[in-house]
Amino acid sequence: MSISKRAALLRATGLAAVLALGLTACGGDSGSGGSADAGSASDVESALEEGGELTVWAWEPTLEDVVTGFEAEHPNVDVDLVNAGTGNDQYTALQNAIKAGSGVPDVAQVEYYALPQFALSESFADLTSLGADSLDGTFTPGPWSSVQSGDGIYGLPMDSGPMALFYNKAVFDAHGIAVPTTWDEYIEAARALHAADPNLYIANDTGDAGFTTSMIWQAGGQPFQVDGTDVTVDLADEGSTTFAQAWNTLISEGLLAPVSSWSDEWYQGLGNDTIASLAIGAWMPANLESGVAAGAGKWAVAPLPQWKAGESASSENGGSALAVPEASEQKALAYAFLEYANVGDGVQTRIDGGAFPATTADLESQEFLDKEFPYFGGQQVNQVLAESAANVVEGWSYLPYQVYANSVFNDTAGQAYTGATDLPSGLADWQAAIVEYGDEQGFSVTG
Amino acid sequence: MTTLSEDRATAAAGRRPARLRPARRGSADRPRRSVLLTVLTGLVLLYSVVPLVWLLINATKTQDDLFDSFGLWFADFSLWNNVRDTLTYDDGVFVRWLLNTLLYVVVGAGGATFLAVLGGYALARFSFPGKRAVFAVVIGAVAVPGTALAVPTFLMFSQMGLTNTPWAVIIPSLISPFGLYLMWNSAAEAIPEEMLEAARMDGAGEFRTFFQVSLPLLAPGMVTVLLFTMVATWNNYFLPLIMLRDPDWYPLTLGLNAWNSQASTAGGEAIFNLVITGSLLTILPLIVAFLFLQRYWQSGLAAGSVKA
Repeated sequence: MSISKRAALLRATGLAAVLALGLTACGGDSGSGGSADAGSASDVESALEEGGELTVWAWEPTLEDVVTGFEAEHPNVDVDLVNAGTGNDQYTALQNAIKAGSGVPDVAQVEYYALPQFALSESFADLTSLGADSLDGTFTPGPWSSVQSGDGIYGLPMDSGPMALFYNKAVFDAHGIAVPTTWDEYIEAARALHAADPNLYIANDTGDAGFTTSMIWQAGGQPFQVDGTDVTVDLADEGSTTFAQAWNTLISEGLLAPVSSWSDEWYQGLGNDTIASLAIGAWMPANLESGVAAGAGKWAVAPLPQWKAGESASSENGGSALAVPEASEQKALAYAFLEYANVGDGVQTRIDGGAFPATTADLESQEFLDKEFPYFGGQQVNQVLAESAANVVEGWSYLPYQVYANSVFNDTAGQAYTGATDLPSGLADWQAAIVEYGDEQGFSVTG
Repeated sequence: MTTLSEDRATAAAGRRPARLRPARRGSADRPRRSVLLTVLTGLVLLYSVVPLVWLLINATKTQDDLFDSFGLWFADFSLWNNVRDTLTYDDGVFVRWLLNTLLYVVVGAGGATFLAVLGGYALARFSFPGKRAVFAVVIGAVAVPGTALAVPTFLMFSQMGLTNTPWAVIIPSLISPFGLYLMWNSAAEAIPEEMLEAARMDGAGEFRTFFQVSLPLLAPGMVTVLLFTMVATWNNYFLPLIMLRDPDWYPLTLGLNAWNSQASTAGGEAIFNLVITGSLLTILPLIVAFLFLQRYWQSGLAAGSVKA
């Protein structure tokens, strides 16, 4: 995919976001009624009995089996599962559909970082009255706080991505390097690996907004504070600075492979022992198994390195929720599907398919924790990952226009990776772009 | 296209007469060739063929071999497995995309060619007030890239309730300013005014003159326009990307991209081998169309040179 196409896509996303926000500004003339009439818990029961057709937009592969199970249990309900694109592509389509007022699905998969944008513009229904208010404690704190905005609950967490260090044990062992437990040790390990073999890097990074925000999150930074339309941005707070300085060391010493995550070179590097580790979300095992078959038996999972020795701080990376668009005319039935998929029997179906859940009951179940992964040489990796889920640093929030912010990350902070600037000033540039855009969109942004 | 026959095409006058054939003959007469030119053409040939060769070779590999083996040579041969998996993956959605693309090409590119022929003929052979203005508009329209119009078109279509339907892709494809311009030129050069006068003298109406006298003469130009509107529609990416949400209406370009981006999502299944095999299957019909239609195209050009 050419850069210009991607740029065009991003522009389209940005445009759609502008349109969606514009819609909110116009007030309640969208015709589908206010957000108060989402329905009640008893409506959910009767909707299930009555049945109907649901359109679900999601790209998560395990949902196919969940739909089969749901339809078997509720024969009156017909679910049409549509893959309308992955991530940004889908958000663009969703924004366009909401703007156009037609073709809006009843359920949509949305990543946590993108959810506030839809929640704030009230494109998604508040699920509180439908029964979401009784789910306190059902989900781990990270994802649960991510689906809330103001007083509302705008989605149910589908999966979570507590971070861990996935590393190629064979490579670390071959060079006699211990698994780093702090980021200082990590930098030392990066130097040692690259010195031993110039083709070998401890990690790849060409500038990744999702990764950067997760790392700042773990370091205790809270660069984005949101209160209604008042937004405060500080990408030079203590946590952000801690991360930026450490990572800048890796960049300036050339210790990171110049390979973009999710590219085919990335999959290749993970398989041919030239990218030795990944600090990434707990959903990674399924991707490694399907995309890096050559790494079977070599990779292992360790807790995320710490900023202070002896701590066990963690953060979330990726993961998504299922939400019900405000324009759906079957919110009660849609909620029934959410409940089945994210709280009910669907959760186990998805775990069996390799997904990492967000429900505390499953994360604490012995069967889940004891599961041995042949890919990771029999390691019970869920123990590490569940431990991480319990230690996610509290108080994080994303911007109400994070999709746009992430889309301009590479134009600003990403410049640090090409040597044009250093990471702390790159982050300052990013902050400037975020403030400027937010002000243009009618937020009151301090930063 | 079935109305075209070789004879009629031979009778047609080409747009670019005379120069091609004699030039070729001339080079055969001169035994000494320019080494520099040969090398340059060789480089260009290599440049255009290597990606195709790469695609062909890598369509025969499994996903693991894609990463492990040398890119420009074969590993274990699993082309047939790949083809089978491509056609059956996700309940055979690839076949559906192929049929969608065919629909868009037949109706969209076919319609665009038909309209270009009608319009081009009318502009070349009739004089009417405002012709200069039409010319300016057509030339201006050639300069506007379709991508720039996609978003406004989307907003308009969404108000008309046409988005997410095949019409959203077909209707914009029907208009080809460049095709119209080509047909205009072609009609002006290929149809002798005397012939039309003769037809009119013999009492043929305008419709009969157009379909029985002019159309056969326009065949070479028509094939040219058909070929490039076909390629444009077949490869169309941005317009369907904006217009379509339902994967059931995706053309191959969007479908392949959806498969490719599966690898870049949490829990998604990486299927690079299917993306590559799918790409190969996607370009095959275009190659076949070119080889098949080239016959008409070339005979048209040759006929022109004979006439000259």
